[in-house]
Amino acid sequence: MILVYLIGILLTGAFLAWLAGSRSPVWSRIIAIVAIGLDLILILPFIFQSVSTGSKWIVDYKVDWIPAFGISFHLALDGLSLLLLLLTFFLGLLAVIISWKEINDKAGFFHFNLLLILAGIVGVFLSLDLFLFYFFWELMLVPMYFLIGIWGHENRIKASYKFFLYTQASGLLMFVSILAIYFIHGNSTGSYTFDYLQLLGTVMSPATAFLIMIGFLAAFLVKLPVVPFHNWLPDAHTEAPTAGSLILAALLLKTGAYGLLRFVVPLFPSASATFAPIGMLLGVTGILYGAKLAFAQTDLKRLVAYTSVSHMGFVVLGVFSFNELSYQGVVMQMIAHGISTGALFIMAGQLSERIHTRDLNQMGGLWEKAPVMGSIGLIFSMASLGLPGLGNFIAELLILIGAFGANVLMACLASLGLIAATIYSLRILQKVFFGEKNHDWKINDLSLREKIVSASLVIVIVGLGLFPKTVFNIAKPALLKTLDNQKEINMLNSKPDKGETASETISFFQKAK
Amino acid sequence: MTITDFLCIIPLLIIAIAPIVIMIVISVLRNYEIVFAFSVLSLLSGFASVFIFFPFSPHSIEPLFIIDGFSLFFLGIIFFSALLVTLLSYEYIKQLSGAREEYYIILFTSTLGASLLAVANHFVLLFLGIETLSISLYVMIAFQKSKDQSIEAGIKYLVLASVSSAFLLFGMALIYTVFGTMQFTGLVSAIANLGQLPPLFIFGFGMLLLGIGFKLALVPFHMWTPEVYQGAPAPVSAYIATVSKGAVMAVLIRFFFNIKGFDNQSIFVVISGIAILSMFTGNLLAIRQQNIKRLLAYSSIANMGYLIIILLTGSDKGIQAAVFYLIAYFITTIGAFGVISLLSTKALEAEKISDYKGLFWKRPWIAIVFTLSLLSLAGIPVTAGFIAKFYVIFEGMKAGLMVLVFSMIVNSVLGLYYYLRVITTLFSKENEPDLPALSITGNITLAIISLSILLLGIYPGWLIDLIVRYVSL
Repeated sequence: MILVYLIGILLTGAFLAWLAGSRSPVWSRIIAIVAIGLDLILILPFIFQSVSTGSKWIVDYKVDWIPAFGISFHLALDGLSLLLLLLTFFLGLLAVIISWKEINDKAGFFHFNLLLILAGIVGVFLSLDLFLFYFFWELMLVPMYFLIGIWGHENRIKASYKFFLYTQASGLLMFVSILAIYFIHGNSTGSYTFDYLQLLGTVMSPATAFLIMIGFLAAFLVKLPVVPFHNWLPDAHTEAPTAGSLILAALLLKTGAYGLLRFVVPLFPSASATFAPIGMLLGVTGILYGAKLAFAQTDLKRLVAYTSVSHMGFVVLGVFSFNELSYQGVVMQMIAHGISTGALFIMAGQLSERIHTRDLNQMGGLWEKAPVMGSIGLIFSMASLGLPGLGNFIAELLILIGAFGANVLMACLASLGLIAATIYSLRILQKVFFGEKNHDWKINDLSLREKIVSASLVIVIVGLGLFPKTVFNIAKPALLKTLDNQKEINMLNSKPDKGETASETISFFQKAK
Repeated sequence: MTITDFLCIIPLLIIAIAPIVIMIVISVLRNYEIVFAFSVLSLLSGFASVFIFFPFSPHSIEPLFIIDGFSLFFLGIIFFSALLVTLLSYEYIKQLSGAREEYYIILFTSTLGASLLAVANHFVLLFLGIETLSISLYVMIAFQKSKDQSIEAGIKYLVLASVSSAFLLFGMALIYTVFGTMQFTGLVSAIANLGQLPPLFIFGFGMLLLGIGFKLALVPFHMWTPEVYQGAPAPVSAYIATVSKGAVMAVLIRFFFNIKGFDNQSIFVVISGIAILSMFTGNLLAIRQQNIKRLLAYSSIANMGYLIIILLTGSDKGIQAAVFYLIAYFITTIGAFGVISLLSTKALEAEKISDYKGLFWKRPWIAIVFTLSLLSLAGIPVTAGFIAKFYVIFEGMKAGLMVLVFSMIVNSVLGLYYYLRVITTLFSKENEPDLPALSITGNITLAIISLSILLLGIYPGWLIDLIVRYVSL
């Protein structure tokens, strides 16, 4: 029941914030903070429970929703979703705080949309019913569209269009796949249900499984995004208001990664194994191409947006490596990227609030004026390039080690991405904080509110880098469960190669004779 | 006529008596408010009476009427939509000059025609219903006598509808030549004996389809739609899009399932072709529209294209999906046209998309209702339209109609594109429109509509259960 409260609180908060907004914007901000804060407090106890419950679901809640179609309202929490929920609520709080000064127009409606997006994201991370999952998946869309379209920058209309159409079109493909798997399962077993746990072992011919998987992949790879489908991302990220960019980069992209881990790999163990080489290639392409484009940008937000493409390439690479190390890396990368890229977007927002431009060529020499902002920028650029001691390093290292075990060539190519990351990250620092002063900007350093935001982000990213074991312990049972099926497939595939099993087979045949 | 016969047609009687009462009232005392209140009450009691007579169904009054769950459901839908349209018409018609009370008389006669279609079991009743409906619609479309556009739309509809009626009659005659019966249930046994549909029958069905396709605005019989939607008063456009199409759809479904048209290869291909063409034509032509009424007209063409997919499913489940789809689509469409009619004044029909620029900043409430309606038309979750689309796709996939389902999905994306364009206009900051204030009836109607859209989008289970329980042929 507590999982329903999580979503319920956000939805109630959303409506209250909207109503309060007509009286005073401050009230809607406070309501938003209270709603998200309450959720954060509610799930904290689960951190301690998560390790002890092992591979079972920590909480599981199920009621019928539309019984005529076998649709249930099924939410469940495990280590993976717990970590992502923590990230969601933490960044949700920051999103409200950073827009304190930025958003004054229709603040009530802004916070309504913000909380609605968060409710959608929480729903995505918790749903164990495929229909419900799709429902929440789409629920995130409309408020995000408004967030970009109403409070965004100059080209917001085009960006919001692109975002909506890309996501909706790919989402519909996933929807067809969901229906296909529903009917295949129903026809073979007689029980028509959208329940994830029941659909898990659906028997399909390899070709069908592959086709259905493509539908799921379409949705998730567009959301991540993976290189040929990344076109919406730079526009959406650049044009969104700071809070929008933060949520897009730090949370929405993660729903794609989560979908791969939760749905694609467990539902289609053998099809995803077939797809693995292509998947890894897409990942590596994303890493290198994203980094190259990032380097070429002159718009700060656009640059950071492209670094997301590059970082998400690591996630794809890790997911299709199918081993525990790389999966731990993927989870770490999801969290660390959320924090570090979120922080960079926040910094970009703070800068453009002060100097009203995002053009890197206009900036320069800002370290003197704003040393605190500069040092925060330094820390997160370092995180982005993968400096040891910060979360991203652990994540990328684990993914590379894991990928090395699966495909040496891909791992080697991917590690080039680290060099590229160094180049573009240092370029941010060079262009913004060092180098020549292009303008005699008169700017204030971070205010107390902004310092609190940045400090909390720094604490988390350093904490992730120094004590990654906490995250590993929470995520481990969920990841092992995901890999279970995969191992069986691998064993099946590799059986003939091994002497022992081969002799077993021979003896079996002899007995049969 | 037995007492049950009488009881079963009470909903129809209420709708038939109401216009007579209004006529008498008008001849004694012309009062717009009284007529309006009486119309609302009659429609409400008609709607309520539908529920009372559920226990008596199924019941047929030989040879014309059949009162079963299916027809009662459609009666309910028709009355409810007519009620919403009446509520929306209040302000719009009130500001016209000259005799306004007659509008409600015609509204009732056309609703009566629509109701006849829902209970028709015989070609005679089908034709009677369609003619009653169409003739009333000519008048409703051309009701704004001072506007050229309105007259033009009325005449266009008159000419084309008469031609299509001729085809309809021809089709009926051909089918009668083959089977010697005009009763739908009679056709069932006649066809069952034959096994295969004779060519002359298929030809007759083609003529019939032409007439019905015109009423439903299916491609290639859709040419009249944009002009008529644009020229007619906004509430009347809502009426054409919902009540008139819904009733014709009801009779088409009943006839088509009785003759088992989906089993015939050539009919199957023709209907699939019409469905796909309607979807693509409607959506592609809607993209460039600058006039919101024309845009909704094209969107209705596409929506009817989605809907006739279920004709080919050939199962009761498919019919149930169609009923749900119609309910969702009606509420949504009336919502969209409702906003247009409430924002229109005598001087200015709010029909250009640019008229809605920045509506959200000035009238957040009405902009939200409009947004909800458009999102529901686009089939975005949380709205009724999503569950409706899901239901149709679901039944389509179950019946293995993959090509149709895929073109429906491609079209959903196309559709989204132009709905988003309107929504974006609502939220743009550029210019603040000068629009009339909303009346209480308007506010109440919009509240009912937006709540229904959300209710059916979030918790549709009860309605689906009801439909599954009662609707079958």
